[in-house]
Amino acid sequence: MEHIISILVENKFGVLARVAGLFSARGYNIESLSVAPTLDPTTSMITIVTVGDDRIIEQIMKQLNKVVEVLKVVDLTETQFLDRETALIKVHTKPEHRDEAIRLADIFRAKIVDSSASTYTIEITGDVEKVEAMIRMLQPLGIKELIRTGRIAISRETTHTASPRREPALLKS
Amino acid sequence: MKVTGAEIFCESLKHEGVKTVFGLPGGVVLKIFDVLCQRKDIDLVLTRHEQGAAHMAEGYAKATGKAGVVLVTSGPGMTNIVTGLADAYMDSVPLVAFTGQVSTDLIGNDAFQEADNVGISRPCTKHNVLVKDVNDLAQTIKEAFYIATSGRPGPVLVDIPKDVSTAKAEFKYPDKVNLRGYNPVVGGNKNQIKQAAEEIMKAKKPVIYVGGGAVFSDAADDLRELAEITQIPVTMTLMGLGSFPGLHPLSLGMLGMHGAYCTNMAMHYSDLLIAVGARFDDRVTGKLSEFCPEARVVHIDIDPTSIKKTFHAHIPIVGDVKTVLRQLNVILRSMDGNPAQVKALRAPWAKQIKEWQQTHPLSYKQDDKTIKPQYVIEKLYELTKHEAIVATDVGQHQMFAAQYFKGSKPRTWLTSGGLGTMGFGFPAAIGAQVAYPNRLVLCITSEGSFQMNLQELVVAAERKLPVKIVLLNNGVHGMVRQWQDLFYEGRYSASLLGKMPDFVKLADAYGIKGLRALKPSEVEPVLREGLNHKGPVLLDIHTDPFENCYPMIPAGGAQHEMMLEDPPELRLARKGGAHKRKVDEGEGVLPA
Repeated sequence: MEHIISILVENKFGVLARVAGLFSARGYNIESLSVAPTLDPTTSMITIVTVGDDRIIEQIMKQLNKVVEVLKVVDLTETQFLDRETALIKVHTKPEHRDEAIRLADIFRAKIVDSSASTYTIEITGDVEKVEAMIRMLQPLGIKELIRTGRIAISRETTHTASPRREPALLKS
Repeated sequence: MKVTGAEIFCESLKHEGVKTVFGLPGGVVLKIFDVLCQRKDIDLVLTRHEQGAAHMAEGYAKATGKAGVVLVTSGPGMTNIVTGLADAYMDSVPLVAFTGQVSTDLIGNDAFQEADNVGISRPCTKHNVLVKDVNDLAQTIKEAFYIATSGRPGPVLVDIPKDVSTAKAEFKYPDKVNLRGYNPVVGGNKNQIKQAAEEIMKAKKPVIYVGGGAVFSDAADDLRELAEITQIPVTMTLMGLGSFPGLHPLSLGMLGMHGAYCTNMAMHYSDLLIAVGARFDDRVTGKLSEFCPEARVVHIDIDPTSIKKTFHAHIPIVGDVKTVLRQLNVILRSMDGNPAQVKALRAPWAKQIKEWQQTHPLSYKQDDKTIKPQYVIEKLYELTKHEAIVATDVGQHQMFAAQYFKGSKPRTWLTSGGLGTMGFGFPAAIGAQVAYPNRLVLCITSEGSFQMNLQELVVAAERKLPVKIVLLNNGVHGMVRQWQDLFYEGRYSASLLGKMPDFVKLADAYGIKGLRALKPSEVEPVLREGLNHKGPVLLDIHTDPFENCYPMIPAGGAQHEMMLEDPPELRLARKGGAHKRKVDEGEGVLPA
């Protein structure tokens, strides 16, 4: 099963290598990885998406906790959480495809952030299903280049568990 | 007043109570060595190879419980200690390794003798740090010692660039560490311990299974108390030997691949397994799906990752072994059921174990022509009256020593368990002897392992360290040869060592006394003479190259399915001389 693990670490040189090395040394998968400083500049948050059965995830959590520079480890999958990913998608835009590209961007609440004579670059943010749906829809137009941030996630506050603005219904396939 | 990084280094070591450093100089650590030689309070043991320094520090640490300290240069100096770091990491040995690094402005330039010390050592250290600013040096050293010796101990590497050792800063040794991500648990969860106590009281066929954790946390007395008040037999892993007296009536000796028959049988049929500071290593469990099939499992360990890593635990207790055992003993003593009742409940189990012990004791066939390795160990044990510190290398001799040298005290058994590092034993023995100049230190080794770090003979000679090297010389990589006989139809690929040095002359070349035994009748006199000799001594004892180590659980086999002697086809092959011929046809020259 897929798990999203948030790892709060000391913002120090070599910490990411230690965390990533732990995964590779023990044969665990990293599906995606994202790192950035938090509000407190002395710490960073690493978000790792990994796959494994309960025993493996338990080991991963314990092993991460053992790293001296790791301050906190949370398996968000065990809680209510929100996850988001951003993708920049450069699509070929033959004249007959331009309208379709704009339409799709609109439906998915994506933005066209760059354009050239033959391409549009579309920025989309959403949960992984939405991003992947967008990619699927754009594929017939011809994707020239694609870059994804990897997923980030945050726990929901327990007081209200519904998101204030729902995703477009058609994307919840 | 500002002082140099090198002075901060030495002062910090002094504050940590370090008296001995094992190491070898080089370009980028010259400043540190320069300061070190002007001080009288820290003894530098100059080794002849950095690997020797790392294993000496391990031996020192294993024997004393204090952190072993290594100081080497950058590049090859550091890469040469990697085996020692990996060994210490596997066996939870507190080690602080200081490596030199090229100046900070040269890092990353492929400078002379540059290596990515922190990168290389990351997977084989508990923690490591590159010190970029001399102002951080004292704090980093303080933390390195704290991390190495607390929680589950392990090696920590501190990488010091040349300019950091020469730069100046104010020195004030910090009085506390500042590690918000590192808080080792000490006491165990009370409810869990209470549950464990209840399980213990009702179990009919319990076994205590003890690993190195009991040694590191100095829990021998508490362990003994637990065993005695509950009348539960105790088995030890290779790393756990010494934590419980080998001759105690409740001792089952070592378990696992070469554990005694009764021990592995007791494990297999137990209904409660109390794992104490052990990690269910594959050499202990054999086939996991058939390991202790009926047992409820209580697992006490300071390292949460050891729990449920390979085997399930019904009652996991994270905490320091000594503290948890104390908590457990308090509860057990307060519970109903007097010792007589407990004894009565466990009587059939004790009887069953005794029966296993009697039907299949550890045994070997004595021979009047060739020396049996087991005989040497037995004699050595008899002559040293259990008081020795024993360092071993890795292989058959190590298993024979584990079986027949029934240690009685913790920290007297120094062996490379997890990593299985040949070449560990001799430097480790030197490290222990440096720590305890007046105690008897034995190095039980073999020709294969010994040749991996024999350059350190000169350290024993020049410091007059009276290490007794008992070299079981059978001319083959014995354990490899055993596996080839059992699983590779006797094809001795690279296990026959061929040309062998004359170890007695070798000892002589280093100014060390050497003695040789070729026949069983010579063993005792040679051992006696060697043990009575004042200085270091090397005993070259030629043993049977075909002796196999039993019992044996073949790799991946189930615990209760032990081989107890050579299988018939192997005996037949031997009788026909096939093995001897293979030896003769090959390059192999066996000792006379």
